[in-house]
Parts: sequence; C-alpha cells; structure tokens
Amino acid sequence: MASLKTSCRVLQTSRHLPVFNPRAFYRSYDRPQKGHEKVPSWTIEKHRDSPLNATRVESERLRHAAPTEFRYIFPEFLPHPDWKKRDRVAEKLQRRDMLRRRLVLDIPEFYVGSILGVTVADQHVPSKQSRFVGICIHRDGHGLRANFTLRNHIDGQGVEIKYDLYNPTLQNIEVLKLEKRLDEELFYLRDAPATHSTITFDRKPETLPLGATVPVNMKKIPLNPPPWTQRWEKREDLKGIDLPELPEKRMRKLSQIVKPWEKYDLMKEYRKNISEEEQNEIFKEVVQHHTRVEKKRHQERLKRMT
Amino acid sequence: MSAAARYFHSRAVTLGLCTRNNTRHFSTSLPLCELRHMSRVNVVDNSDLGKNAKTSGKPARIVHVYNKQGVAGIGDKVLLALEKQKVKGIIVGCKQKQKPMVPKFDSNNVVLIDEEDTPMGSRINVPIPSVLRKKEELAKILAISSRFV
Repeated sequence: MASLKTSCRVLQTSRHLPVFNPRAFYRSYDRPQKGHEKVPSWTIEKHRDSPLNATRVESERLRHAAPTEFRYIFPEFLPHPDWKKRDRVAEKLQRRDMLRRRLVLDIPEFYVGSILGVTVADQHVPSKQSRFVGICIHRDGHGLRANFTLRNHIDGQGVEIKYDLYNPTLQNIEVLKLEKRLDEELFYLRDAPATHSTITFDRKPETLPLGATVPVNMKKIPLNPPPWTQRWEKREDLKGIDLPELPEKRMRKLSQIVKPWEKYDLMKEYRKNISEEEQNEIFKEVVQHHTRVEKKRHQERLKRMT
Repeated sequence: MSAAARYFHSRAVTLGLCTRNNTRHFSTSLPLCELRHMSRVNVVDNSDLGKNAKTSGKPARIVHVYNKQGVAGIGDKVLLALEKQKVKGIIVGCKQKQKPMVPKFDSNNVVLIDEEDTPMGSRINVPIPSVLRKKEELAKILAISSRFV
C-alpha cells in the first residue's frame, strides 16, 4: 500500500502526463488567450457566402428545399411506393400536366374528414353546372389518377361520389371546412347513423386564421348495430370508431387475427413511403411552379392597379 | 379433445397461430354488390305496390335483367317479383362501386314502370343520378323525380 501511494504522488507531479482540468479548458472558450482573439462575425459571413466554402452547396439546397408539409398538401405528386409500378418519364410528364391544370383551377389543400363543395359541368342541367357537397371519406391515386370520395345523406338516402382531382369537367373545388379526422379513411360512416354524414348544401365556408395548423376532429363515431359492410372490430388501426358490445363468439376470434407486431415493422414503413431525397426532388418542381404563379399573379395585380 | 390436443390448441392460441386444423378454407372475393337474379331491391316511388312490398317483409326481387350481361346497373330495365306479381322496373341507384362522377347509393333503388314505360308512382323522394338524363326513354321517370345528384 505504501508503494502505491508513492507511485500516485509521482504521477501527479510528473510533467509528461498533463492532467485535464475541465474548468480551465472551457474558460478559454469565453476568454480567448492573447493572440487568439474572437473571429469577427463579418469574416464568418463572408466565408459562408464564399464560393470556396465546401458547405455552401448544402445551405443552398436547404434554401430551395420545399416545406415538409408539401407531402401532405400535395400527396398526389408522390409516386407509387412500389418500384415495379414506377415509370419516371410518365411521372415527370404527369407532374407537368398537373401543374398546368393547377394554373387554371385552384385545387385547395384538404384532408379526409374535410367538408368540400364540388361544382361539375353538366350538359343536361339548364345552368350547365351541378354542385355536390359532402365529407371527404377517402383520398387515393397517384399523379393524374388522384381522386377523392365525398359522402352525404340527401333526403334519407346515403350518396357517395368519387371525383378525379384533375378531371377537366370539375369547375370548382371549395373547402367548406378544413379539418382532419383520427383516420385516413372514413368508410365506417356507411355503418354509422345518418347524422354523422349529413351536410347541408348551403353550408357557409369556414376559414381558419393565417398560419394555423389544420385542426384534428377527435370525434369517435358510434356505429349502428351489426350487420356492417365490413368487420370493423378487426380494424384496430381505426381510432375514430366507438365499437358497441359484440357477442363473445365474435370477439374470441380477434386474438387469432390481430397483428400487434405490425406497428414495429420498420421495413413495411420503408416500403410504404418515398425517400425524403426523392420527395425534395419532386417538390422542387412544385416550389418553382408556385413562385412562377405568385410572380404572375403579382404582375397581374400591378397591371390592374395601373 | 384429448388432453394433449387441448394443450397444443391452447399453446397455438397463445402464440397466435392458426387453430383451424380440421376446417376447409375457400377464398372469397370482396363484396361486389352486383344486382343479379334474386337480388333484393328497394322500391323508391310512392306506388301502392312498392309500399306493400316494404311493409309485408318480402322485398322486391329481381327475376330478370334486360341486358346481355345479366348484371343490372343504373338505368337498366329489370323484371321484379313482388306481391306475387311480375312488375318491370328501372334501377335508379346501386350499392355497387361506380365510375368516377357517377353517384353510389347506400341501397339498391328501383322505380316501378308498366308496359308503356310509364312510372306507377307519382313522385320519387330519393335523389336520382344525373347521368340518367342522357337516356330519353327515362324522361317520364325523370319528370317525377324531386332531386338530382
């Protein structure tokens, strides 16, 4: 023991093994030593914008990157996640056509659960237009095939109409209430009381304040007593259903069907989505289109003022 | 079930494995909701025959479809059996999945007509698809409709 003590003392006084003093080390950050003054901020900025700066490319890319919300506002611009169903030339051409259509018709941001009013050209009507109002229960399709389904209860009859977003006979798409629901599809409204799908045709549009996030309606829909169009008790992914009491025999089989491991399946999630790099490439075109449209509208506004 | 079989069955249930060893399996398609022979339909005009069919508990059934496919869609003429009679009708609404822009209804609706294609009722209170306006032979039915969708 005595030998250990002497050896420790030797280590402490030795100059070949410096002892790390954290306090002294970090003090130098705040108070630079003589000859090591702080670099002025204008030098740093000059270096940042300098073409010789290696990190400059990344910052430029970030400056022109589309907002992350674009994947939710324009979901039809994203291609099919299955690589076997992809055709990049067709996708590029479709995106071009979609943006050209969006120059003519304002296709608004909406989600499943939003209430929309759609005006369609109809040659058999004296006014040549017919309007349908309903709650969006489903949104599907990629590119020009993008579609959405509206549901309403009219005169005691449930009606659903599927519309193609880029159909040229669509004259106006108006969002009467912008909101989301707990699920990505609301097919269970078919087995719910009619009041949950009834929307009056003369409903006034509700606007949200600028910059507000899209509200989520946390409503849980009670279902009619079975039989149903689908076995809703099997769909554990649907959060917006208030399941009634079901016979024990029906619930007994659920334990054999349920897949609790699916939510942890990372590869499934990977296969379902498009990579962020590819999304940025796609939405760059949308950003360019938007800036062009804004410029054009600004020029038109100036012309109207003069 | 023997004790061993009971044990293995309970283990299978705990592990979430298939426990149906002695049953036959067959594949089924998604419900197509097609209107064919013997399909039950809902009469939507205010005719007496239609009202009696609803209240009697024996709904109108399609007995013949007047087209080559055997599947009735919106605007097709069908022969119905209701109240022990054979009556013709026009399909005015389908539960079947439709093309874009064509409405899909929650029930299969039919309007009763006679041999001269005149509707038997005087009013239809249910919305009628606007695509039927293309067909000139349905003009009398469209005249008694209250609402188009």
